[in-house]
Amino acid sequence: MVARSGYTARELRTAPNALLPDPLVLFFLLGLAARLLRSDLKVPEALYEALALYLLLAIGLKGGVELASHPLDGLGAQVAGSLALGFATPVVAFAVLRFAGRLPVADSASIAGHYGSVSVVTFAVATGWLASRGIAHEPYMALFVALLEVPGILVGIALARLHAPGRVAWGRLAHEVFLGKGIVLLIGGLAIGWAAGPERFTALKPLFVDLFKGVLAIFLLEMGLVVASQLRDLRRGGAFLPAFAIAAPVAFGAAGAWAGTALGFSVGGAAILATLAASASYIAAPTAMRIAIPEASPALSLTAALGITFPFNIIVGIPLYHRIAAAAAA
Amino acid sequence: MDTHPRKLLVIIAEAALERSLVADARRLGAQGYTVHDVRGGGRHGTREGDWEADRSIEMKVIATEAVAEAIARHVLATYCADYSVTMFLADAQVLRPEKFS
Repeated sequence: MVARSGYTARELRTAPNALLPDPLVLFFLLGLAARLLRSDLKVPEALYEALALYLLLAIGLKGGVELASHPLDGLGAQVAGSLALGFATPVVAFAVLRFAGRLPVADSASIAGHYGSVSVVTFAVATGWLASRGIAHEPYMALFVALLEVPGILVGIALARLHAPGRVAWGRLAHEVFLGKGIVLLIGGLAIGWAAGPERFTALKPLFVDLFKGVLAIFLLEMGLVVASQLRDLRRGGAFLPAFAIAAPVAFGAAGAWAGTALGFSVGGAAILATLAASASYIAAPTAMRIAIPEASPALSLTAALGITFPFNIIVGIPLYHRIAAAAAA
Repeated sequence: MDTHPRKLLVIIAEAALERSLVADARRLGAQGYTVHDVRGGGRHGTREGDWEADRSIEMKVIATEAVAEAIARHVLATYCADYSVTMFLADAQVLRPEKFS
């Protein structure tokens, strides 16, 4: 007899916890439950900042080291294709929000910007999920996190201002978008990792590679707390936004899996590109959108991106995108 | 002790506004300012300051009545429609008037 996850009945008897989600997801659920049950658990703000800095830097460094040690055939086409995807998803999201959801232009553009950009933590969970199942992927995928973070934000702002011209301090905004901590740490890490190469990176490996999953676990605990606070706003809106927050990642994930396969990525690489396309930013985008489109409600975009899409992706989405990528490859 | 009357302007706002508020206050004549990270709640909910988009700041400016009111008017006109802002003025006594023009 084979159970639904592919484990035999005997394996399930000897390891009954095999059906539970990944430990990383369980950390997230612990944080979620703690906040919903009004526990006084809190991750200090300075620690949250430090963990975010570590994760961004570690992801950049690992990607940079891999870039230095792998042949980069076909990378140009993959970069161009991924950027095209990054510019297309927010336009589609905007059209759906504006015309199917009948949301105001500002809110549609702001939410589209969040979904056009990417979530670094969702990326980290996806690489962990693939690694724990022994599924290989192009080791330089961190490059695509850095590439895909910005286009969505730019498109979101442009869409808002095309419809309702307003003063945008483009200089200040460009500074905010391109010199935000996410981009600085990712690109900086990529550059340092690339310059160091595999051998000189060995000394940094215990901190930036071996401890990565443990740090990610603590970060996900904090994400659980934050998401639980965000769910309070969910009761106020209608049914459209929650539906969008689940349909959009599935549609964009499928598009990403298909595009990744067409661009010559492995199944694991296509699954990660799909995860990036499906994820929504909640670090870079909210700050940029708040400055560029002040009339948009941050509660709407954060409830959708953080309250629904983020948990959906880490629990259901990643395995789903991997399946779609496997189907696309076959 | 010789004291001199000035106005204390306190602005509590979303952290996203910090840079703009500082630049505006300087431009409108404030010689100095102080910013704290804070958390709190109001009619529309709470801001716990757990992460980037949930942070709030409190900015204090001590200045002459004219400068403090000019900053307050500018903030009211520019940000209050779209952002969470709480603002008040109070009387203050300073010891070195040349620091608070």
